[in-house]
Amino acid sequence: MKTIHVSTTVNGDATEFICGPGESLLDVLRNRLGLTGAKEGCGTGDCGACSVMLDGRLVCSCLVLGAEAEGVTVDTIEGLAEGDHLHPLQQSFIDNAALQCGICTPGILVAAKALLDRNPDPTETEVRYWLAGNLCRCTGYDKIIHAVMDAAKTMRAA
Amino acid sequence: MALDHTGQRVFKVVGTRPPRPDGVDKVTGRALYGADLSAPGMLVAHILRSPHPHAEIVSIDTSAAEALQGVKAVVTAADFTPQEDEYLDDILVNCLARGKVLYDGHAVAAVAATSADVAKAALKLIKVEYSKLPHVTDVDAAMRPDAPVVQAGRSLETVPEGMSENVSSHCEFGHGDLEAGFAKADLIIERSFTTAATHQGYIEPHACLATMGADGKGDLWCCTQGQYNVRSICADLLGIEASQLRVTASEIGGGFGGKTTVFIEPVALALSRKSGRPVKIVMSRAEVFLATGPTVSSSTDVKIGMTKDGRITAGQAHLRYSGGAYPCGTVDMGAQAAFAAYDLEAVQTLGWNALTNRPKEAAYRAPGAPQAIYAVESVVDELCQQLGLDPLEVRLKNAARKGTKSSYGPTFDDIGLMATLKAAKAHPHYSAPLGENQGRGLSAGFWFNFGGNTCVTLNVNTDGTVGITEGNPDIGGSRAAISQMAAEELGIPYDKIRTIVADTSSLGHNDVTDGSRVTFSVGLATIKAARDAIRKMCSRAAKIWDIDEEAVVWEDGAACPAGPNAGRFPPMTLAEIAAVSFNTGGPIAGHYEFNADGAGVSFGVHLVDVEVDRETGGTKVLRYTVFQDAGKAVHPSYVEGQMQGGAVQGIGWALNEEYIYGEDGRLQNPGFLDYRIPVASDLPKIDTVILEIPNPGHPYGVRGVGETPIVPPLAAMSNAVSRAIGTRMYSLPMSPPRILNALTDG
Repeated sequence: MKTIHVSTTVNGDATEFICGPGESLLDVLRNRLGLTGAKEGCGTGDCGACSVMLDGRLVCSCLVLGAEAEGVTVDTIEGLAEGDHLHPLQQSFIDNAALQCGICTPGILVAAKALLDRNPDPTETEVRYWLAGNLCRCTGYDKIIHAVMDAAKTMRAA
Repeated sequence: MALDHTGQRVFKVVGTRPPRPDGVDKVTGRALYGADLSAPGMLVAHILRSPHPHAEIVSIDTSAAEALQGVKAVVTAADFTPQEDEYLDDILVNCLARGKVLYDGHAVAAVAATSADVAKAALKLIKVEYSKLPHVTDVDAAMRPDAPVVQAGRSLETVPEGMSENVSSHCEFGHGDLEAGFAKADLIIERSFTTAATHQGYIEPHACLATMGADGKGDLWCCTQGQYNVRSICADLLGIEASQLRVTASEIGGGFGGKTTVFIEPVALALSRKSGRPVKIVMSRAEVFLATGPTVSSSTDVKIGMTKDGRITAGQAHLRYSGGAYPCGTVDMGAQAAFAAYDLEAVQTLGWNALTNRPKEAAYRAPGAPQAIYAVESVVDELCQQLGLDPLEVRLKNAARKGTKSSYGPTFDDIGLMATLKAAKAHPHYSAPLGENQGRGLSAGFWFNFGGNTCVTLNVNTDGTVGITEGNPDIGGSRAAISQMAAEELGIPYDKIRTIVADTSSLGHNDVTDGSRVTFSVGLATIKAARDAIRKMCSRAAKIWDIDEEAVVWEDGAACPAGPNAGRFPPMTLAEIAAVSFNTGGPIAGHYEFNADGAGVSFGVHLVDVEVDRETGGTKVLRYTVFQDAGKAVHPSYVEGQMQGGAVQGIGWALNEEYIYGEDGRLQNPGFLDYRIPVASDLPKIDTVILEIPNPGHPYGVRGVGETPIVPPLAAMSNAVSRAIGTRMYSLPMSPPRILNALTDG
């Protein structure tokens, strides 16, 4: 099968890979680049566990082709912390016990950061609707919503 | 092991909310789940599944697939030896069908190849000749004498004669004179209910990576709630010795009971053995829905009699469950749990399980209880409504308490139902005003909880830190709770302890993470292992001080002389004793192994307010409060998390979730788009009230909390919707079309 050579930027690093024409960005990240933080929960864009940023836009990486990463920037959960310094959202999720099994957590953190980047002071309803594309089966969302609100407050004060 | 009755214990670490030890891994994407591991030379396998709900397999021809470039191994049922043990053989033929396919999506063959594309292409080259058979997917239809028989010869002798061969088991529980009880009632209500099969809905599909050589030695990495169980089943199915198979549990992306068995693991091992290469299998979401275990579907009849002043005089339930194509004992648990919240003189529950052409049931959080208690609590609510009684008062009047002979036999010890009901009554939620088209629902719930086989090692490191090795996958913060109990017992800070989940070769057997058993059983074993280590550390101090071992006690993390007569020595801390341990007898470790008893049953009460849109039939949850007796809450945040998560799974079950089968017997909604679990915007805040009635069977009073929270939401939601629309609902889920129908018919 014909493969495609792609030059892109992942978490700030210039990155090259080859992939099949039908290969999803999620498969590329996980199987070719060793970035397994994004998860495949459904493969159909329904669960949000594979959420990444593509040129600053929140996407389900299972619905994006690897080839579409050509010339753009991809930001994943692996790039959220700066070295050993956790992002306030990450710290807030730990402090607020906002995860149980943790499989949805990377996608929710990426999505929550996308929200706070555009709206640093969301209402609870806005957080709930923004995260409606990210399924969590363990928590009932309560502590997740609280953690996002709490992180937003911390970031506003910073 | 009994509760420590040393007065009112003041806890230092237990009851606090420290960060979980796996937190950073899980917020940075570093934590490794089932699908996240790869191995050099790894193959990828895919599984061919039946398109028919019921058919004979006339032949399977895999030759063209085997000939495809890149295919390294193909397996079918013919590659496995049938098991004498029926339980094991059911698991085996559920992994790969033998002779017949029993449901849409039943696995038939598997291919391991150098890439996913090649494996998928090879599946298309496998020729399976089927001879279609009539099918049945509804439990009531399956019980009729003329129903298509899913599997012949599987009925236990408990099944009455004259029933369909699909009826695989029958059970009966209860006590007292039903007839006399109903005769005392002022009002008797008898109703029939149905609940749809629902899936646990864990976000992580099943995944594993198997490596097995021709020497019979294997390694298996998989997402599971119980690596030891996976080991014993796989070893049996592959005909190898348990000692030769090491199973490592990955981080687990949700389980809720659904990851307590195997689906792909024996297949991956067989493919690896055949190909000589590591083999990875990752299920798609559709495969998870089609071929892993949902909970039972149910059809029940409940009859309850009540006096005018709200005393229940008799209760009876007939439960018909289907656990899919294989015998399933879940109805027994439903029949035992149905009336557990009540102190009754006359009660009887009868249960039947029927085989249907649906996937094999797997445990789902308090398996069997939500369906039964939904029906009972709905009838109790209707009685209250018709008699003009307060539903909380009626429950308080009839509540099971210490000394109650339960409806399933045992007499209750200290239980928290009364306290939980009283807390609900006193809560502002119960008296808050309601608006138009709004209704408030209430339900009690119950779960048995479990103890089981448990094994813990606690290593005291020479730098004064402690490592705990336990064997139960952490599905919701248990490593934190276990570390807390060890810190409490040893008298050292929480952050000096690291708890890890061991593989099957590193620690003795541990039962599956189920039955809400881990914080209770593993916690108890950890406390005992800590006491074992403390005894050894006291002995080392005695040796150093040259006094009797009995003259040394452990206080605040240090060995101390027991009194002035023992001698005047400054306390030696754990770190000080550990630092010199190599000179006083060698490394120090504590161990404990046991089969835990005394888990202590758990009760909860849920209150919910809903508003129903009479035009669309949509239901909005306005307010939700969970009250539960958690025993001593070790890490209150994760206790709340269990209560909130269980409640929301129950809300999904009540409003949206269901397995929908067409006339053709095929599953119509195997995906998260059409099988809709609750999302954040569907829900309000889920309030929690933790009651701490100590479990007499645990030194700190801990009892399991994880399962009870899914039990009350079904009836609480149904009672709320019924009161909001002024028409009783008898079927779950209460999806908008069903509510619109009820409004039209009502």
